[in-house]
Amino acid sequence: MTVTVVFLGRLADLAGAPEMELPAPLDWAALVRALDPDFAAELEGRKVRIAINGEVLGDKFTLRAEDGDEIALLPPVSGG
Amino acid sequence: MARDVRLLSEPFIPGQFVGPFTNAHPGLGGVCTFVGEVRGDEAVEMLELSHYAPLTLPGMEALADEAIARFELMGMLMVHRTGQMRVGEPIVLVSACARHRRGAIDAVDFAMDHLKSEAWFWKREKRADGWHWIEPRAEDHADLARWK
Repeated sequence: MTVTVVFLGRLADLAGAPEMELPAPLDWAALVRALDPDFAAELEGRKVRIAINGEVLGDKFTLRAEDGDEIALLPPVSGG
Repeated sequence: MARDVRLLSEPFIPGQFVGPFTNAHPGLGGVCTFVGEVRGDEAVEMLELSHYAPLTLPGMEALADEAIARFELMGMLMVHRTGQMRVGEPIVLVSACARHRRGAIDAVDFAMDHLKSEAWFWKREKRADGWHWIEPRAEDHADLARWK
């Protein structure tokens, strides 16, 4: 009963790993509790978005992930 | 072959894609191609682009579809590198073909502005003291605003 959490860009450096497993079900409060405070503060900022199973959430605070889901923490992009 | 969108993890030669793309659209009036490469900078040893598979390619495909509809294109080719690159290597290739030149030129400009500031890529560069993540630039967002 786990949710896979994927860290992108500089968040992977901050987290110290590209991904981690957390217990399901996972909502916003549980995600923030599972991360260290500095990281959680970064996540709460306006610029970081969250996707669940490839769909970007309009409001990340409504996060609700179940067993087998994959969520991605997405910092601002810099491509091209 | 109205839409050809690819993510590549190895170096590529733009002409290998542009030739077949152009040939696949007989009757076109114009084809416009942009190639972005790793800029020369003595302090930068290497560039690395990471992506997130569930979002990156689908996002590029949606962007190409939007450009095709908005600029009445016959086709759009979009190729983007991931992984590690050195100075002079192509990072991105966008090519559009249309009945008339204006649509092809504008579509490439539109696609590049969106790739730079909205596509799901994260860039970092390696300097003498290690890797540095590149933050988005204000100019990129200003470029995007041109199309609103």
